[in-house]
Amino acid sequence: MPEETEVEQLEKEIEVLKQELKQKEARLQLLKSVKKQIVKHYSNHFTTDEITRYSRQMLVPAIGVAGQNALKQSNVLIVGAGGLGCPAALYLVAAGVGHLTIVDNDEVELTNLHRQILHTEADVGVPKVESALGKLSNINSNVKVNPLHLHVNSESLMGLLTKENFDVVIDCTDNVPTRYLLNDACVLKKIPLVSGSALQLEGQLTVYNYKNGPCYRCLFPVPPAPDSVTSCGDGGVVGIVPGVIGSLQALETVKIIADTSGVLNGRLLLFDGSNTTFRNVKLRNKNLDCQVCGSHPSITKLIDYEQFCGTRAHDKVINIEILSNSECMNVIQFSKVYEQAPIVIDVRPSVEYEMCHLTNSINIPYQDIEKDEHLDFLKELLAIHSGEKDVYVLCRRGNDSQRAVVKLRDQFRDSNFTFLNITGGLHSFAKQVDPAFPIY
Amino acid sequence: MSVDTLPISIGFGGGAELLFGNKKNFAISLPVQEITKWQISDLLKWIQDNLLKERPELFIQDNSVRPGILVLINDVDWELMDTINYVIQPNDEIVFISTLHGG
Ligand SMILES: [Zn+2]
Repeated sequence: MPEETEVEQLEKEIEVLKQELKQKEARLQLLKSVKKQIVKHYSNHFTTDEITRYSRQMLVPAIGVAGQNALKQSNVLIVGAGGLGCPAALYLVAAGVGHLTIVDNDEVELTNLHRQILHTEADVGVPKVESALGKLSNINSNVKVNPLHLHVNSESLMGLLTKENFDVVIDCTDNVPTRYLLNDACVLKKIPLVSGSALQLEGQLTVYNYKNGPCYRCLFPVPPAPDSVTSCGDGGVVGIVPGVIGSLQALETVKIIADTSGVLNGRLLLFDGSNTTFRNVKLRNKNLDCQVCGSHPSITKLIDYEQFCGTRAHDKVINIEILSNSECMNVIQFSKVYEQAPIVIDVRPSVEYEMCHLTNSINIPYQDIEKDEHLDFLKELLAIHSGEKDVYVLCRRGNDSQRAVVKLRDQFRDSNFTFLNITGGLHSFAKQVDPAFPIY
Repeated sequence: MSVDTLPISIGFGGGAELLFGNKKNFAISLPVQEITKWQISDLLKWIQDNLLKERPELFIQDNSVRPGILVLINDVDWELMDTINYVIQPNDEIVFISTLHGG
């Protein structure tokens, strides 16, 4: 196809231009650094450019020259280059921290772009830390940004905290085990932890382990049950909400480094974007019996956090297999029959069905099936199609559809119908049958 | 104000509202005929009997709230207010917040 050739042609040309740009940027950096060295210093701490660049921030009494210099000497770790990490990194680099390390093990996906504002369309597939580095060094070349494409676990994190002397760690992660891991590591290494989180239209922010305030474990000694935790991939999130929280994480970090009063430790900020309210609540004191920060801690080195929380340290879905082969059909077989099939039940939540669905499918959300709220409707439907035998049940990834089949086969035990789960759900359908079906 | 009820407001957030028909705020009046001194423990039972729509184990466990829910009494962590033993006062605002983990 002619468009294909043009796409390839453009990609090649852009690659050449990128190389040229890189060379020119390197040359510019060299010339600038030479120029910086020959500039006569009018300040004990800063170059002429730095004075000009940070002047608006230094004019604020709470920051001043001392605060700006503390920022310049500082070393910050951001864990997670996603919805929270992107704005946090952006503001800290612009504000002039000395060193910034960003850790993340993921690559940029199209589903990230509405909130992870350092990443662009051209970055899809690229490691997030690499994509972030590109933007951050353009914003402030004075900052030494260290991108680490790795998974944080007890070993890698302790190695990093032992090698570097971080002034502040920022928790921009998306799962419970990593939150406990960062907490314990920061307590053991005596580093303040700026913790943020966001989901749907709400965000939460606090500073743990700072000036004798409580740690995460003081508040939550027992981890939540895995099925009570919702991820951004399932619950959704409005991009601006992590934007607000991530920006505030950068602010608290600057305040800690500049040693200002009013840091958000021992307090929790609750942001509700649905009615644009901020609630600032007073938290408990440090718990003297806390397992990690108390007077007689039982946790004196990092443990296995996935085991402790009973869940994996990422926000991806874990697939289940609860049906026998005879109750399942793969998407290739399904693709040959579904257009003629009279009963295809899509058990996703109605908002997901509304986003995209197979034209001949009927939506009965699993939530309703679970609560037996669909029975009459389904009985009618099956009565209309009493000559049929197979009922196809599918969902986003093929997990809820299995649970639905278990429920339905029991409820309609006396009928002639067979409920068939479509293995891998619409994700597999998009991958193996029709790439035009959206993956989300 | 009537003498035989205890008016308070209850709030849910951070996803806890999903267990309450997706409603975040309730203005309620607790009856004071049988219980004269309402404690948070009584309120938890009342919520379970009167407001909780589904899956009670996601809200209440062992006569307290499940791990991961913070209870705030007039914007103060209930740990500073004697937790389930706090005696509820007229017009108190009691908020149950599920902690978020997404990013
Ligand atoms: Zn603690």
